Amino acid sequence: MKIQEICNLLNATVLAGQELLDREVFSACASDLMSDILSYVKNQTILLTGLTNAHVIKMAEFLEVTAIVFVGGRMPADEVVDMARNMGIAVLATQYTMYEACGRLYSAGLPGCTRES
Amino acid sequence: MKDGYYSIEQVFRIKAWDFASAGEASSQIKKILKQLGIDPALTRRVTIAAYEAEMNLIIHSVGGEMRLKVTPQSIIVTAEDRGPGIPDIALAMQEGYSTAPEIARELGFGAGMGLPNIKRCADRLNIQSSVGKGTLLEMYFDIKAG
Repeated sequence: MKIQEICNLLNATVLAGQELLDREVFSACASDLMSDILSYVKNQTILLTGLTNAHVIKMAEFLEVTAIVFVGGRMPADEVVDMARNMGIAVLATQYTMYEACGRLYSAGLPGCTRES
Repeated sequence: MKDGYYSIEQVFRIKAWDFASAGEASSQIKKILKQLGIDPALTRRVTIAAYEAEMNLIIHSVGGEMRLKVTPQSIIVTAEDRGPGIPDIALAMQEGYSTAPEIARELGFGAGMGLPNIKRCADRLNIQSSVGKGTLLEMYFDIKAG
């Protein structure tokens, strides 16, 4: 699924990475726990989270996450968005809650990440 | 290979509670492995394990250091601190068990998955801890001939 499609499904605002919307992702992961994210996320994945601190961006860089979606209307600080932009990670923000955002993407055919063995 | 000889060895000092610099050592490790042309999937495993170990030092220890050693056959990341030590390693290895303080949890850490994640990522793991003295965590990753 292209990030543009995710953006449409979540009625999301693009905070960074407008030029990355053509990128394809194959799975999604949603959590507010760093270690959960670290154990589940794979390549070409989007991360849905309510955490808006800079640590999330650093972690996303380690995991080579394609895009981050901040859910529930939470907005990261400008420097957090800038960090993601510099790392080439798309940043979206949606008003949908975590539950609804996940539900919409899953129903549209985007599967969840399974834990790396 | 003769003991004590490594192709690359780098040391990173980690300060307790230094959340602002959190992830810098792991970021450097990732960069070095990338420059060495290590397989991206392996680099990713090493980086995840290194990051968990780095956060453990920041959150739980009084400070310490991380070390990256790369030989033609393996990557070894160690995290060594000067205390306080882990009283029950088996318990600390259990998924969901955490002693992280509230301030770390507010940032999203303290899921109790750090050591289990490290174990999952590393090919071999050695952990030694002594209460009052410190903890040594050694993570071994095999470089498979490509």
